[in-house]
Amino acid sequence: MNYTNSIKIAVNAIRRNKFRAFLTMLGIIIGVASVIAMLAIGQGSKKSIQDEMSSMGTNMIFVMPGTDQRGGVRMSASEMQTLKLDDVEAIRQSCPAISAVSPVVSSSGQAVVGNNNWPTTVYGVNDEYLGIRKYEVETGRNFSDREVQTYAKVCLVGQTIVENLFPDGENPIGQSVRIGTIPFKIIGILSEKGENGMGQDQDDLIMAPYTTVQKRMLAITYIQNIFASAASEGQNDEAIEQLSETLRRTHKIKAADADDFNVRSQAEMVQTFSSISDVMTGLLGAIAGISLLVGGIGIMNIMYVSVTERTREIGLRLSVGGRGNDIMTQFLIESILLSVSGGIIGILLGLGASAGVSAFMNWPTVIMPMSVIYAFAVCSLIGVFFGWYPARKAAALNPIDALRYE
Amino acid sequence: MSKKIIQVQELKKDFHVGDITVHALKGINLEIEEGEFVAIMGTSGSGKSTMLNILGCLDKPTSGTYSLDGVSMGGLNKNELAGLRNNKLGFVFQSYNLLPRTTALENVELPLYYNTRIRAKERRERALEALEAVGLADRMHHMPNQMSGGQQQRVAIARSLVNDPRVILADEATGNLDTRTSYEIMTLLQELNDQGKTIIFVTHESDIARFMKRNVVFKDGRIVKEEWVKDRFNAKQMLADLPVDQDVI
Repeated sequence: MNYTNSIKIAVNAIRRNKFRAFLTMLGIIIGVASVIAMLAIGQGSKKSIQDEMSSMGTNMIFVMPGTDQRGGVRMSASEMQTLKLDDVEAIRQSCPAISAVSPVVSSSGQAVVGNNNWPTTVYGVNDEYLGIRKYEVETGRNFSDREVQTYAKVCLVGQTIVENLFPDGENPIGQSVRIGTIPFKIIGILSEKGENGMGQDQDDLIMAPYTTVQKRMLAITYIQNIFASAASEGQNDEAIEQLSETLRRTHKIKAADADDFNVRSQAEMVQTFSSISDVMTGLLGAIAGISLLVGGIGIMNIMYVSVTERTREIGLRLSVGGRGNDIMTQFLIESILLSVSGGIIGILLGLGASAGVSAFMNWPTVIMPMSVIYAFAVCSLIGVFFGWYPARKAAALNPIDALRYE
Repeated sequence: MSKKIIQVQELKKDFHVGDITVHALKGINLEIEEGEFVAIMGTSGSGKSTMLNILGCLDKPTSGTYSLDGVSMGGLNKNELAGLRNNKLGFVFQSYNLLPRTTALENVELPLYYNTRIRAKERRERALEALEAVGLADRMHHMPNQMSGGQQQRVAIARSLVNDPRVILADEATGNLDTRTSYEIMTLLQELNDQGKTIIFVTHESDIARFMKRNVVFKDGRIVKEEWVKDRFNAKQMLADLPVDQDVI
């Protein structure tokens, strides 16, 4: 077998039928490109959700009071008063896997500066809370432990508050904002965080020492939540365990009884959201799979038709002395050339489409190398097989039948 | 005495169509010598095309023997038959069967692509020679759809010549052509025969058969008549005698 000749014959055949070759490749190009782009969009949205979640701090742990499951009137979690400041102290003392812990009390109300007012939430926290929630102070300073101890009327404000209460662009630092009846002095501005995964504005808040909010605003002795931070991401489970044990001990819960609190971690949330976006990626993957199938059928059809319409050519080649093997080699080389170059163009087009989608529509895209390889392999194999299979049938024909084929 | 290039003995060919067996050839004996110009004649269904297919090593007989240039094709497999077609035979078809969108020169080169002993340079040279032999050297870069039927058939003849075959087989080679062009083709074939080429020409037209040296008439799968042509037509002469307005008809 002379492969140089076979390659020459195949290349000549493609060269002479550029339009047919282009149509044949089109199926492969569209198939590969659409699968790559589709999966890139799916992966992109998954990654952006994950990034979003971890920007909220992946080693964050928070404690909510549990609902009252005991007899009598049962109460909802927000009315439970089981979490105390002592719990925070106990966690700080006996949980080595927890690096930071803060009590949280919150109060909704109207914030007023001069003629402007804005409904918002005031969070009463300690000085460690910023680190736990991955907030940063853009200008000014965080409040100090001493200010917490002395019930100081100081606060940090988010960007949304600045925009709404200081619309004329004056410097908020040092100014006073009144919440309810209590005036707070603004000592710092938080840097912008944007919306979280659920569309909640994370910049629409005011932070003040928990002592001030708890005693001066709410006049309560309990706290609503506890936020903590595991020393590292790997220590999440350990931290949750130590925290639960500590709370069971301080709350004097018997071994047989259920917790009167709930512990949730950001890692769990990330997992939940990841699994949601996995479903979405799966859906997009299924659509991509269908388009791959449709593309494959397209390739199949055009290959089959283009080989079938060349039956007379095959007959002629057989009659001038081409052997069945020569014919099959020619068609195999032709379909490999078409499939592979179509696949490469498809990859480039798919990468271009992904880049275009993220550039013009602002959708995040992530190219998965596996999807590129997979789409390329499937389309090329279909192309090669359906270029070769009908040719094999034609080459097995009697030369006369092939020549007389209409 | 010249060499017997084709020897056929008791050749039979059956076709099975459903449950029915068609006896297309019912015992053919035929000898053709080197340098002959034989017409195989007969009406449709007489078995002449089947005979040509077997002579052209495109089909195998059911029984009987056929040897071409001393090679008996009885025991040959498909690939060996293809080799035989490539080396010893040239085909000219009624519908030319040129590759579309392919230049005359490349069409003529085609058989040589399947001969691994011939290199690219020799292939080109031999194709050019063959095109010169049919008087189309100036058209070598034309595509089939840029040529007349007669020119296309001449390209096909050049293609059948390019491997320097022992026998040229023509199947109704003038069937699609007008009278003048038919005479041109016959002129060419007579010239080739004068140079010593053995030509077998299948036709159902008795006046075309008179350009050959010998006529073999088939009917119902048997040879019913074999005769040497008296008053053989000279194509070149007839072409010259053809009234000019013949084209218009």
